[in-house]
Amino acid sequence: MIKLSKNDYKTIFHHAIANLPNEACGLIAGTKDGSDKVIKKVYLLTNTDHSNEHFSLDPREQLAAVKDMRANGLVLLGNWHSHPETPSRPSDEDKRLAYDKTASYMILSLMDSDNPVLNSFHIEGNTAEREELVIE
Amino acid sequence: MKIIVAGEAKEVKDGLTIAQLLIDEQVETPEYVTVTVNDDFIDSSKFEITNLQENDTVEFLYYMGGGRYVVY
Repeated sequence: MIKLSKNDYKTIFHHAIANLPNEACGLIAGTKDGSDKVIKKVYLLTNTDHSNEHFSLDPREQLAAVKDMRANGLVLLGNWHSHPETPSRPSDEDKRLAYDKTASYMILSLMDSDNPVLNSFHIEGNTAEREELVIE
Repeated sequence: MKIIVAGEAKEVKDGLTIAQLLIDEQVETPEYVTVTVNDDFIDSSKFEITNLQENDTVEFLYYMGGGRYVVY
């Protein structure tokens, strides 16, 4: 199970909207207790691909985020990105590039702008399983 | 000599290369890892010839990316 605050959800959502038509992306950090994760901070990073079909996190911003996490006693829990026009499911490319089987991969679909959908996935090899996501 | 790797102090042999450090640290998929030394980004072509120095601070950054979901 992974918990996200409503405020952090809004932060992700607004960043994704601001970056349309391109994919937006970032990191999630917090605490971990067994398989339970609590997101304490979301990081909004630049998609260096500036594309609506692909994203890559800016490595300089990634470095700054990692340092900030360490300074605040947080651990990297995973990343998030938006799918502006497609469902909240990992693409083949998402799976191929998901190297960390302990990470949570969150995908916000803006396909239906009136009903954005955020899901979190555990990805191992070519298999993606939805995690229980609690937004409160 | 002492270096800092991902925030942790480590004792390593003098002159250790980045390439050897990646092996010693059992970094998975090193081809997708960016390495910084004292906040400088090191080109992967230089991993074999870059010797670390006492008190260097090293970070491993895993490439993170993905693409759109294709509806068939």
